[in-house]
Amino acid sequence: MPKLTVDGIEVEVPAGATVLQAAEAAGKEIPRFCYHERLSIAGNCRMCLVEVKPGPPKPQASCALPAADGQEIRTDSAMVKKAREGVMEFLLINHPLDCPICDQGGECDLQDQSIAYGKGHSRFDENKRAVTEKYMGPIVKTVMTRCIQCTRCVRFAEEVAGVEEIGAIYRGENMQITSYLERAVTSELSGNVVDLCPVGALTSKAYAFEARPWELKKTPGIDVMDAIGTNVRLDARGRQVLRSLPRINEDVNEEWASDKTRHAVDGLVRNRLDKPYVRVDGKLKAASWEEAFAAIAKAMQGVSGNQVAGLAGDLAEVESVYALKALLKAYGSSLHEARVDGALYDVASPASYRFNPTIAGVEDAKAILLVGTNPRWEAPLVNTRIRKAIKKGAKVYAVGPEVDLTYPVQWLGADISALNELPEALTKAEDVIVIAGMGACLIEGGYAAARQVASALNAGFGLLHTAAGRVGALDVGFTTEGGFGAVVEAAPKVIFSLGVDEAELAGFFGGAFKVYIGTHGDRGAHSADVILPGATYVEKPGTWVNMEGRVQRTERAVFPVGDAREDWTILRALSAVLGKTLPFDSLAQLRSKIAADHPTLAEEGLAPVAALDAAPKGGDVSGTIVYPIADFYLTNPIARSSPTMQRCSAELIHGESFAEAAE
Amino acid sequence: MADAAHIPDEAETRARWGGFAWNAENAEKAQQILARYPKGREQSASIPFLDLAQRQVGAETNTQGWLPVPVIEFVAKQIGVSYMRVYEVATFYTMFNLAPVGRFHVQVCGTTPCMLRGSDDVLAACKNKGLVKGKTTPDGLFTLTEVECLGACSNAPMVQINDDNFEDLTYDSTIALLEALAEGKPVKIGPQIDRQVSAPEGGPTTLVEMVTENHDYRGRW
Repeated sequence: MPKLTVDGIEVEVPAGATVLQAAEAAGKEIPRFCYHERLSIAGNCRMCLVEVKPGPPKPQASCALPAADGQEIRTDSAMVKKAREGVMEFLLINHPLDCPICDQGGECDLQDQSIAYGKGHSRFDENKRAVTEKYMGPIVKTVMTRCIQCTRCVRFAEEVAGVEEIGAIYRGENMQITSYLERAVTSELSGNVVDLCPVGALTSKAYAFEARPWELKKTPGIDVMDAIGTNVRLDARGRQVLRSLPRINEDVNEEWASDKTRHAVDGLVRNRLDKPYVRVDGKLKAASWEEAFAAIAKAMQGVSGNQVAGLAGDLAEVESVYALKALLKAYGSSLHEARVDGALYDVASPASYRFNPTIAGVEDAKAILLVGTNPRWEAPLVNTRIRKAIKKGAKVYAVGPEVDLTYPVQWLGADISALNELPEALTKAEDVIVIAGMGACLIEGGYAAARQVASALNAGFGLLHTAAGRVGALDVGFTTEGGFGAVVEAAPKVIFSLGVDEAELAGFFGGAFKVYIGTHGDRGAHSADVILPGATYVEKPGTWVNMEGRVQRTERAVFPVGDAREDWTILRALSAVLGKTLPFDSLAQLRSKIAADHPTLAEEGLAPVAALDAAPKGGDVSGTIVYPIADFYLTNPIARSSPTMQRCSAELIHGESFAEAAE
Repeated sequence: MADAAHIPDEAETRARWGGFAWNAENAEKAQQILARYPKGREQSASIPFLDLAQRQVGAETNTQGWLPVPVIEFVAKQIGVSYMRVYEVATFYTMFNLAPVGRFHVQVCGTTPCMLRGSDDVLAACKNKGLVKGKTTPDGLFTLTEVECLGACSNAPMVQINDDNFEDLTYDSTIALLEALAEGKPVKIGPQIDRQVSAPEGGPTTLVEMVTENHDYRGRW
């Protein structure tokens, strides 16, 4: 533990820390461009120069200098000031003065730091260098003349995203950052380089010239594109969310977000259901709320018990699921199911369906067995954690069809029966975790087989969910013995669907009266008899439970479009029309009811649950695994309505070419 | 980069070079090169492999060789690293040609010492023989590139043609050199004047007594 002084303040830092980190520990801000705490150290921007004693009589790059015992660091001396001014002047020599037309303006590291540490003028009279634009795909817009070659994007692509497709070509003044042969970067995390870029060289293509950062209202939110529960900041102007940026949460998303999290927000204003619809003579007709409720009341006449069923879709938050369950209970129905994808797994105790090793805990595993899951698509930020585990020496084994997970994997076979013959290296390993995906749970007995393997290996067991609302719905007990199949078998007369768009309900419940409470004119709405327009995840305060069981609450960023309402208020209003008034009138009342019934949902954060009980019994299983996600970019109605996601899908999954011709 | 050669169309090079593989002799050399580096450090072989590949392309096309994209990708596959990492190396070093060159790659040094000693004359000679910077002559013989210091300043001005240096040039000797090369006549490598490597012109100017026999200078100390 080296002890050193920074500007006379004594600090003690862990061994291996750098001078820059020591200065931060002392509360001193060190300007930097290339240094990023989650990436390897490059030391090429030279902005973090400090004066170090003992050492050579010149400023030194603090980001790459290990802190040592007895060092005296000065960050406020004349030498440091002059060095920073000099570096800044050099950086600005080739940086265009196009801040007024640059999307980074207002949130630009170079802009901020040149004001704080720069000289205010330049002595450079020559022409500036210019670099041609590079094509990097549908997410990242490039203006490479602005690049200061910090190489953060190169390091991110290699180290975190695991796609070595960004690099620096040529040399010296001609050095250029580009993707390989200017092809689209094939990563579902490519949007993060936009945040990493300290200047306006890499900016968001979908958000180009949309707004200035100071015009935006920022609301903390939780992303629902996957079950990770990425913490996001929703930037809205007027009634539209213009972008979604990750917030730092070390336990969940660190500071990354997948491209779907970032860019599906343009689907929030397209293809929306903004008024109720009622099916008249086989055609959906716009209606008022009263007419829609009357139509439902008519269908509900004489219906009782298990003749009415409820289904919760992928994007349903805890409050509306609870409200729907309460309404069904008022009718005496226990037919409610959240596992609408047909996957079957044990829901007896929370531990049996949670991602028990926790997302951050994946990093500490020594061996990881993936059963029927493609984490790169189902949970990209779990995939980055697996990459970190591999960096620490972990080995990854997988049962399922071979896909590129960005790291070396020992594939054991595409058939789930491969679980019977695990390699010796895995059976003898310590700190094993078994990650089972929906691909395994879709096979009969697949879940039990994965659990048995986990207990045989004495391993941690985690179920990798793909839907943001699933664990929350399971937590409030929105399940039926036998799963989705049992609901289908019961042949209910009326079905309430909370945004079920991933299952073709018309095929399962041909004659039933279907009430769809949702946001987009997608599959669910097409087959509905009554459509009640609901609110998306940015338009309502809600409680979300991510795959590891972490309870997270969001606030409303914008109001729902048109006549749309928050889902639980729709159910509350409907219940009054049906004569089964639900016992809550405000969100606070609803939440206190939820907290009383389900104490784990009372507090934000990860509530501890009872340990896994004995693995369920099951015979031999076999069957070829099919991953649940066929197209990463189009997994929910919001993403399907997003032009950016459609473009990503066409270009990155289906190989259509959108590369712009050279000018 | 304004005068850089135009990188050929990708589809065309893929059709021509997509099936590139080591020939028998180079496959053996490649094995030897790879054996120099410890296991897991195959990336270290990037530069020697690219050089070997460029020479093989040169041999196949009867030129000095270049590195089409499929050949770069072949090298990357050989050493098990991503295409981008090898592409970066190939673009970084000016010795790797990203566009086809002629049989003789004339690299004229234009850095200060050579310029002071008359590299303008050398370039003028090249120009008068029909060589254009960054271009290959129509007969496919010469490609002219102006390069930065090649480290032979004591013999300025100089050019590097293929793997050899030709030094102490004048306008006339450059013309003569280019003509000899074009006609396939043997040429003298190194200084083009009466001089042994970088030793003083016209014999030594110091320690002259040492030229013929061992001489004891200690008496003069």
